[in-house]
Amino acid sequence: MATMAQAIRMALHYGEEHLGLKDVFGEDVGQPLGGAFTCTQGLKTSWNSPLDERGIIGAAMGLGFAGSRCVAEVQFCDYIYNTIDLLKLAGNACWSSNGDWNVPMTVMTPVGSGIRGSIYHSHSFDATMTHIPGWKIVMPSTPLDAYGLMQACLKDPNPTMFLVPKALIRVRGEELIPGEPENEKELRERIDAPLGDRSKWRARWPEGLIDLEMPLSQAKIVREGESLTVVSYGRTLPLCVQAADQLREEGTTVEVIDLRTLWPYDWATIRASIGKTRRAVFVNEDTEVTNFGEHLLRRTVDECFYELEARPRLLAGEFLPGIGLADPLEAASVPQLHHIRDLLREVAREAA
Amino acid sequence: MKANPRDPSASRAPLVQVEGGAKFRLAPEIVLKTHDLIVRSRCLEERLIQMYKQNDGYFWIGGPGEECFNVPLGLNVKKGQGPKFDILHLHYRSSAILLAMGAEPIDSIRQMKNVATDPYSGGRNFSNHYSRREWNVVPVTSTIETQYASAIGSGIAHRREKDSITIVNGGDAGTAEGEFASCMIWSTRPREELPILMIVTNNGWGISTPSSQVQGAHRISDRGKAFGMKCGTINGMDLDEAWYGLKEYMDYVRTERKPALLEVMVTRLYGHSSATGANLVGGEADPLKALEAKMARAGLLSPEEAKKMYDDYTQSFREMAKKVKEEPMPDPSTIYDHVYHGQKGRYW
Repeated sequence: MATMAQAIRMALHYGEEHLGLKDVFGEDVGQPLGGAFTCTQGLKTSWNSPLDERGIIGAAMGLGFAGSRCVAEVQFCDYIYNTIDLLKLAGNACWSSNGDWNVPMTVMTPVGSGIRGSIYHSHSFDATMTHIPGWKIVMPSTPLDAYGLMQACLKDPNPTMFLVPKALIRVRGEELIPGEPENEKELRERIDAPLGDRSKWRARWPEGLIDLEMPLSQAKIVREGESLTVVSYGRTLPLCVQAADQLREEGTTVEVIDLRTLWPYDWATIRASIGKTRRAVFVNEDTEVTNFGEHLLRRTVDECFYELEARPRLLAGEFLPGIGLADPLEAASVPQLHHIRDLLREVAREAA
Repeated sequence: MKANPRDPSASRAPLVQVEGGAKFRLAPEIVLKTHDLIVRSRCLEERLIQMYKQNDGYFWIGGPGEECFNVPLGLNVKKGQGPKFDILHLHYRSSAILLAMGAEPIDSIRQMKNVATDPYSGGRNFSNHYSRREWNVVPVTSTIETQYASAIGSGIAHRREKDSITIVNGGDAGTAEGEFASCMIWSTRPREELPILMIVTNNGWGISTPSSQVQGAHRISDRGKAFGMKCGTINGMDLDEAWYGLKEYMDYVRTERKPALLEVMVTRLYGHSSATGANLVGGEADPLKALEAKMARAGLLSPEEAKKMYDDYTQSFREMAKKVKEEPMPDPSTIYDHVYHGQKGRYW
């Protein structure tokens, strides 16, 4: 099975061949590295940009204005903060021109903890990004979804932000991407750049890759359950699944929803699930104050209050300036499996 | 006493004065056409200022004092939609450019009055914040210098075209922002040069701060030398100099497919914006007066004819403003329209 990095690579290749993708760029995105996390190895349209995040986002905007489809990468979201006003401008171009202009562009950036990235390689960006209107924002938790959501971003006429949970970027999926070789070794040999001299290397892309036609704004129910609903995305999603599987042995069935698209999000799926379970927990790892989960929590209270049998809860990262490097510090700063499992158990058992 | 070369007020002087000859290099019909657009632009800006002062608009910002350069720019754009035409990343002193491209003055008045019929923003944005996709005018922003970052991208798209170019303009104060450097760095990458015409209209001010307090460079255009760019400074107060200076740089970018940095010395006749009063500032040279004096000497236009033209446009725009006052304000139910292309933005 492909990793998320390989899945993104294949989606971008598909985009080059079939979706009009003409430029994939950012720091170290072109040869020889093909991206800090190898997501852009072997692509024919990838190139290295100056080390200039504002230039990268601006270039993507200008290409969008010119009607030329691109994917711009900021190597870590920790370094995207100096582009906030450009992200705002990309997001407001359609609105401020009263619909005259639209800016098709995709920005990809790795987010979150999980690789012992210390203070400046562990930031989350979902809370900040969901404060910027006009963007569509996705965050996959599986390689298959990464493949499909990237294709969806490449087809959308608006600015799209593709957040890559870096803790999951080398995790192999459980579902085969259509067209992907079943043999992992074959896939590696085809599309992973070799160590050493890569000057003559060319990717041998799998034939038969297709457009998954995965829509944006559609959440996925990963585990069905009756006892409570947990909504998550990115790194914490598989932890929620693990927690749900453990609690199932205790007789608690947790409905796990992978939000996948953070904005515009799939409220209908969340609403229906909470209507069924009457208990809700939201989990992500961005800092807890003005967290995106707080919005979901507020909407849950606004619209579901009289149906709820327990307090809806948010489990998020501690409100800290950064993630400390040492294992105990990182583990105490962002939700871990036991935090999630304990909270799910607590909410499931809270008296109605 | 020897002039201090780092004092821009000293170096500006010879570049914002118009020599007193009577001969134009430009053909008479071009001078007359350009003058007409300059007067039209000036009268429009003055009407917008009046509207602000009469509480028919909330904020004015514009470009009186830049017209002798901006009108030639608008007239020389390869106008159209898509990358086969020039793409313009303009700032908020560009009304003369738009008028020269063919924009209707009443639409600027509509934006000033923030009525629903404002074609540039539907009543959402300040005056001089243009947007016109059919002419590749990307939305003008209030943020300073960000247009030099987005210009990089259309420059990349234009690199794949034959004769269309990216045009970006901004003021002198904004060159302190990082995007100005970004544009030079990206557009001069070896073997990847971008056809971008970077224009800096230097009026000597950043809101209320004189550039001599905050900019040490003798010429802003000198910064292009470090990148091997064609770069230079021209007098934007003289129609001939502005027209031919612009043409030289524009033709270079169009044919050589490389970037150029053009600094244009201009004045700021009504201050930064309504935030600083929008009153006529004493001591700032007026390019229109100088042009008309020269046209009179050349026998192209008498002072009486010039006054009549000014009065006629002033009256015409006064009438337009009255008409626009009767037009509907935006419907509040439309606030979520166009958050996305073809989609409202209220959460789903």
